[in-house]
Amino acid sequence: MELTRRDAAAALAAIGATGGVALGVRRATGDGGRGGAEAEPARDGDGTPGDEAVREAMTAVARTVYPEAVSGLDAFVDGLLDGRLDGSAHAEGIRAAVAEVESAARSWYGAPVADLSPADRDDLLREMGADVAEENPDGTTAERVRYYVVNELLLALYASPTGGELVGIENPQGHAGGAESYRRGPR
Amino acid sequence: MSGAEDASGGRDARYRQTGDRARGDVDRTPVPDTDVCVVGAGPAGALVADRLAGDREVVVLDAGPRFDPADRLARQERAIRPFYDRPDVWDVGGERDAHEIAGDRPYPLNHARVKGVGGSTLHWQGMVMRLHEDDFNSGTARGVGPDWPIDYEDLRPYYAEAERELGVAGASDNPYAPPREEPHPMPAFEPSYSDSLFAEACESLGIAMHSVPNARNSEPYDGRSPCVGYGTCQPVCPSGAKYDATVHVERAEERGATVIDRASVRSLEHDGDDRVTAAVYATPDGAEHRQTADAFVVAAGGVETPRLLLLSAADRYPEGLANGSGHVGEFFMDHLFAGAGGTLDEPTRQNHVGFYTSACDQFYDEADEAQAPFKLEFFNYAGPSPVETALSGDDWGDPLLDQLREGYGNHVAMGGLVEQAPRADSRIALADDRTDDHGDPAPRVEWSVGERALDTIERANEIQVAILEELGADVEWVAGPDATGPAYHHMGTTRMSDDPDRGVVDADCRTHDLDNCWIASSSVFPTSGAMNPTLTIAALALRVADDVEARLSAQT
Ligand SMILES: Cc1cc2nc3c(=O)[nH]c(=O)nc-3n(C[C@H](O)[C@H](O)[C@H](O)COP(=O)(O)OP(=O)(O)OC[C@H]3O[C@@H](n4cnc5c(N)ncnc54)[C@H](O)[C@@H]3O)c2cc1C
Ligand code: SF4
Repeated sequence: MELTRRDAAAALAAIGATGGVALGVRRATGDGGRGGAEAEPARDGDGTPGDEAVREAMTAVARTVYPEAVSGLDAFVDGLLDGRLDGSAHAEGIRAAVAEVESAARSWYGAPVADLSPADRDDLLREMGADVAEENPDGTTAERVRYYVVNELLLALYASPTGGELVGIENPQGHAGGAESYRRGPR
Repeated sequence: MSGAEDASGGRDARYRQTGDRARGDVDRTPVPDTDVCVVGAGPAGALVADRLAGDREVVVLDAGPRFDPADRLARQERAIRPFYDRPDVWDVGGERDAHEIAGDRPYPLNHARVKGVGGSTLHWQGMVMRLHEDDFNSGTARGVGPDWPIDYEDLRPYYAEAERELGVAGASDNPYAPPREEPHPMPAFEPSYSDSLFAEACESLGIAMHSVPNARNSEPYDGRSPCVGYGTCQPVCPSGAKYDATVHVERAEERGATVIDRASVRSLEHDGDDRVTAAVYATPDGAEHRQTADAFVVAAGGVETPRLLLLSAADRYPEGLANGSGHVGEFFMDHLFAGAGGTLDEPTRQNHVGFYTSACDQFYDEADEAQAPFKLEFFNYAGPSPVETALSGDDWGDPLLDQLREGYGNHVAMGGLVEQAPRADSRIALADDRTDDHGDPAPRVEWSVGERALDTIERANEIQVAILEELGADVEWVAGPDATGPAYHHMGTTRMSDDPDRGVVDADCRTHDLDNCWIASSSVFPTSGAMNPTLTIAALALRVADDVEARLSAQT
């Protein structure tokens, strides 16, 4: 199933172009949240990645966490990040988490995440613990990667009409798909 | 000290415009020459303020913040993301909302309320029914609890008005509903696909299904959008199609009322003539202020209203303000949830919207001493929502998609609400050793439920399971007497009675002990029925506003 920029627009309309607004308040005033004590800084120490690098890495991760059946990832992830990389605290969280994924990719596999084979990318994310971690914006590396990278992408997909349709719900929660679909029977 | 002395200036000098607010430049000082001070900006307080604002100087004090409408999508994201708990969606919790739970049953108080402009309707589901005629005469008609000092007929015109104010989508196809003279302001939402599956099963069992009134726009209404199907009604509607009390707060402000947020009222002061003189409130800068007024309306919800009266104890009222009867805080009631659900071997199309469209009130008026009134609901949101499941799985890619497909699609479920009878040992009191952010004793919730309600839950479960089995469902869960929980409707804690020894407020919702103090809240319900309370709260609030106006006019 083809994902389009229009799906990205729908996903943004669902989850908000400025996901950081209220969430940012929490980060700024919180005490580090659950698991905050274990939080580690980005390992590479050479600053957070720019927009282009974030896009490349996020698209690469999307290839791993999205099902085979979806295509059109580049335009979808681009459209999503157009809205989400908006200078908010949430956007900074995405950058920082991507930096950690990149840093692990380089030190463990010797290449940026976008250049890894699908199997290596999958292994990398699992070795980071992002598959079993519970999301937490202030948590450990694994929990932050889960929150800002893996779940960021899964939320956008499964709150979009195309993502919902893969599961059998063309008007998923979070998507303003109208007040008629609930009345329709299965096709 | 008079209000004029401690107020800092006239209204013209105040900075209460949105733009100034956004810069954090908020004036939270009292307003001089105020006629009516309302405590609480939920639907009760907002409706009172709106109704009086045109002719009277009205000030509304609310303990919580103004929420920025632009943040609603971000709040919706919190509702979907597993990291956030329900209270996080509207920033409930922390010292401000400290409380103690001490009854037979746990009570998750901070899941059950929102503090801020709009009150708990920011989180609510928006189902709005009128109580039945016998609910007002429970003692006489069913042998349980006292009769209300007012009847359905007294409230009937106010119900119609409340339906217009909130914007209710409904139809007149419910043969069990009390009499009404005019159609609902908007047409009802059409039944869902899963309702059509239930309809066949109910028909063969001789069980009636009918539409259900929603405080949610089925078409554009009052300048607000129709429902667009976000499906997260509870806890947040990003489109504004679901009514919340910011509607009436904004209208009251347009008509001249002053609404002060983050103004937590710590006590009410009185004089020697049994009149309330001032609401003493704290603001975030650490200052304490006194808002004086000719009339006071306490609309702080069914838990904080009795707490505020208890916190206002003084030499003249040692047991708490307006507590000559000793009943402030007692008879705390909620509606009990009864439910059952399972799966079919065919698609059921759930979780497109976050509200239900069909119900069954057929068994409601069977109520007597042994059986409580109860109603049944046919859910449109049974089983998991795929997007939420996706975020808490432990896999991704194709295996995740397979899990989602397996988990979603075939669920069905029914809910229901059951009345609990009032009992003095179910109550809101002051905690002995827990305090809030101002050092005041926190509320202590002592919730207990009697056998009649628990037996009735079983009866509701029997019908639910029979319907599900008739439908061919594999019944996977039943929320019976052991698994039941509250519906987050706080009632009974300042009950209404003609007799000052038996109740806190009179039939006009004015306190027996203080001449210029009214209570607008479900806390005045002597018995609760099994219908969601807020339409009745709204009707009573409109009636309170009329009584306040009449008494203020009579004084001048
Ligand atoms: C999850 C959920 C679902 C619900 N669904 C439904 C439904 O479908 N149908 C229905 O009828 N009802 C429903 N309700 C209940 C409904 O929300 C309440 O009945 C209604 O909001 C009560 O209105 P109120 O104005 O009396 O109190 P609230 O809405 O609770 O407002 C009280 C206000 O008073 C303020 N306050 C409290 N103490 C002070 C103080 N000391 N000083 C200043 N301000 C103070 C608070 O900050 C708050 O804003 C639901 C509630 C919840 C939580
Ligand atoms: S489904 Fe609920 S949340 Fe969505 S628009 Fe309708 S009322 Fe609002």
